[in-house]
Amino acid sequence: MTMNHQGRSTSAGEAGRSASHQTFTGNRALDMEEPLIFEIGHMDNCGVDLDETADFAPRLGSHMRQEIVDLPALSEPETMRHYVRLSRNNYAIDAGLYPLGSCTMKHNPRLNEKMARLPGFADIHPLQPISTVPGAFELISELADWLMELTGTNAVAMSPKAGAHGEQCGMMAIKHAIAAKGEERSIVLVPESAHGTNPATAALVGYKVVSIPARDDGTVSVDAVVEKIEAHAGQVAALMLTNPNTCGLFEPEVIEIANAIHEAGGYFYCDGANFNAIVGKAKPGDLGIDAMHINLHKTFSTPHGGGGPGSGPVVLSDRLAPYAPLPFIRKNNEELEVVETTDQLQGNEQPFGRMTAFFGQMGMYVRALSYMMSHGSDGLKQASEDAVLNANYIRVGLQDLMTLPFGEKPCMHEVLFDDSFLNDTGVSTLDFAKAMIDEGYHPMTMYFPLVVSGAMLIEPTESESRASLDLFVATMRDLVMSAKAGDTGRFEGAPYLAPRRRLDETTAARKPILKWVAPEPTKVQPETA
Amino acid sequence: MRYLPLSDNDRADMLTRIGADSIDELFADIPEAVRLEELTTLPRRKTEMQVERQLSALANKNVSAGSLPFFVGAGAYKHHIPATVDHLIQRSEFLTSYTPYQPEITQGTLQALFEFQTQVANLTGMDVANASMYDGSTGTAEAVLMAHRVTRKKKAILSGGLHPQYREVVEGITRKLPGGSVVSLPADPMGTEDILAQIDDETSCVVVQSPSFYGQLIDLKPIAEKAHAHKALLIAVFTEVVSLGLLESPGAQGSDIVVGEGQSIGNPLTFGGPYVGLFATRQKYIRNMPGRLCGETVDAEGRRGFVLTLSTREQHIRRDKATSNICTNSGLCCLAFTIHMTLLGGSGLAKLARINHMNAVKLADALNAVEGVDVLNDAFFNEFTIRVPADANDVIEALAVNGVLGGVPVSRLEQGNPELNNLIVVANTEVNTDEDRAAFVDALKEVLA
Repeated sequence: MTMNHQGRSTSAGEAGRSASHQTFTGNRALDMEEPLIFEIGHMDNCGVDLDETADFAPRLGSHMRQEIVDLPALSEPETMRHYVRLSRNNYAIDAGLYPLGSCTMKHNPRLNEKMARLPGFADIHPLQPISTVPGAFELISELADWLMELTGTNAVAMSPKAGAHGEQCGMMAIKHAIAAKGEERSIVLVPESAHGTNPATAALVGYKVVSIPARDDGTVSVDAVVEKIEAHAGQVAALMLTNPNTCGLFEPEVIEIANAIHEAGGYFYCDGANFNAIVGKAKPGDLGIDAMHINLHKTFSTPHGGGGPGSGPVVLSDRLAPYAPLPFIRKNNEELEVVETTDQLQGNEQPFGRMTAFFGQMGMYVRALSYMMSHGSDGLKQASEDAVLNANYIRVGLQDLMTLPFGEKPCMHEVLFDDSFLNDTGVSTLDFAKAMIDEGYHPMTMYFPLVVSGAMLIEPTESESRASLDLFVATMRDLVMSAKAGDTGRFEGAPYLAPRRRLDETTAARKPILKWVAPEPTKVQPETA
Repeated sequence: MRYLPLSDNDRADMLTRIGADSIDELFADIPEAVRLEELTTLPRRKTEMQVERQLSALANKNVSAGSLPFFVGAGAYKHHIPATVDHLIQRSEFLTSYTPYQPEITQGTLQALFEFQTQVANLTGMDVANASMYDGSTGTAEAVLMAHRVTRKKKAILSGGLHPQYREVVEGITRKLPGGSVVSLPADPMGTEDILAQIDDETSCVVVQSPSFYGQLIDLKPIAEKAHAHKALLIAVFTEVVSLGLLESPGAQGSDIVVGEGQSIGNPLTFGGPYVGLFATRQKYIRNMPGRLCGETVDAEGRRGFVLTLSTREQHIRRDKATSNICTNSGLCCLAFTIHMTLLGGSGLAKLARINHMNAVKLADALNAVEGVDVLNDAFFNEFTIRVPADANDVIEALAVNGVLGGVPVSRLEQGNPELNNLIVVANTEVNTDEDRAAFVDALKEVLA
């Protein structure tokens, strides 16, 4: 039997054998089946001890609920076991390489968690008197300073709750700035390779999206931008461009593109999802951006948490700064002044409104600042260099076997392959990705960006050691060779070894079951004679 | 640097393998004119101990809610969170996982989301809940946009009892839309506005908060009836989810979309975020919903499993035709909510809600007895508004000096209406003791004397 150096069986046949071993519980040793809380919970027990209330006259008018909410409870040990068991069915960056392109799954330092839980940050209220929370505003201001310095800008709107919310904030500032000039513009240019949030945001803010095709080399040319600007003369409000782009490439004509959009009276929105590649290497402000959101949950290590929370501060050019939303902190020398309402405005401050109640994602600010302080200017630059180095190391490790759509040239912090190396193998990108799961890896980003066929976007981040990269490359090579050798069985039914086999997403969408409903009691049929 | 595994030798070897002479060769596409050598203006790396020292110093400048009698609410509430919750959400497998796009290896997150959706749907009395929005305020804006899609109308009517900052968020995003209009009613501390008179055939939705920003409980049924008669939707908003343990659900009162802040269950105050927006609606509207949805299905061996579903509504598939641009939401805050809710169950929530209400009644009576102070609300849950015979801001500041954080002056959020300058929104939860309440009353008497 072939074993790799970690002692695991490498043949699918062996996998099949272990899978066929049946157990009474359906559990497989540490891999345990866990029902829903609604199936195991109690209506008459509870996992929190609460005092009985004395008799008192309620002041609820006619609004009292007649029955208690139909939700069962679990005691504390049952709750612990339930969620610990569930957790073990999750892949996580703490457990393995998580090469999701454009997601920046880097190490989430626990120091950040500890700092965010200090009572002076976690147990303060956004509307308690400002005089009682000077440290909170100092922290926000300090983080803002780091963000402005790293991006080469003089203003930042801190409150957006995630990347897409930051996009919305930036685009609303642009819309307001255009209106302030007495103009009306209806179009936003978005390259085909953009994240889906870009066109969705433009539409949400009321713009029509015009798409810009990518060049053969995966980048956007200034000519293509100018062509669209001229085709919609006077109507282009903004260009939304991701840089480095989603093909893993730095846009070489970005400065010319910025100039072109500015000359046409429009604004340059930069999607900062891929900022991790260039922190300390270039300042987006120097590239001519007008607005760029920064995903603190990508570049600055706040944990993804299974889908959030994020945080998406938006840095703004001087042209957009006056339109930053409420609330903001005004700095007078070293004095911080909190501006929450329109009656506090001064000079040329004309906020377009408000993105959210309160001040944004304080918990994420603390974590991000903790990360930045730990790295310092030198460490942040090193992190970006290592992220880019790691991606290129994977690129050269795989480029002879997999296919690079834009040729063998350096990439930034993520490397994009297409699926042409799988042609005639009978293995799809999806199958290939699912086979990675059996090897203990989370798949890379698939089928995105849309500009190449069967995209596979790999972002290792700076958090991976060389040994980790070597094993990943070796594994990917083994998978590719297996596909090319016609071992379709390894892919078609994959994953074989995960807590679940492939899930039926079609039925899920066709007949949506979106909450648990108690099953009808089964009727016992009397036996007929 | 402790977070970076590569050594200088690794880096040199890897560059050789790549065939690059220097790291800068990999950054050659960055135009030379803008390449940075060093960020000289920022401090250099720090040890864990140094960072901890510096951030703790900042944290220590703040007065934390647990350190004194604390009655601040108005959209965020201090509740006790069982220790189990924070332990579980810090498990690596939950904390450091991405959005569950690969369901075979993210069943933990997905099953928890399915539990979350069920809890939210049952709590609100609705058919379906999504897998969260950023918070209550942004969720409210999304609800208005959804109502516009459903009704194909664009006029929203906002009650004067809606949290003023929620109103600003809604106005900001919906007024900018072509043809969009928002009618915002004036501040309504006592719930006496005539919102029914505002509803007409142009109306897309009516947005009503109960308990209101001022704490007043609002009867939603007549508003739902009138809205439905004009083919408009009723959007019911709440900022205090614990209230649902004791109050008739917004779903039972005829709401079409229920949206609110879930922070109170499982999530600390954290100065306003991250929080978790709860969002529920009727079955017939699910394809117009924003945000992620988790659904039940089976795997290739017929075992039950969960997946993200109906994603053709979402930005990564539908791009500019998506129902929302939301991507990252409040995953881990949902999990905290679900774990806390699982510990409570319906019976625990009812008990918790009753304690909250009882405490609020006690405090309302005690404050009402202070000379010159009036409680304005006749029906409330754990929060109410008082009128004081002085400027509310001054009173709150003076109370803080006396070691009590006594609530939120309405004028901090609502300007331009002098009638509001004497009003304070006061919250009272299970964390407040009789001693806290006595301290508040004594301090208030002293401040007003």
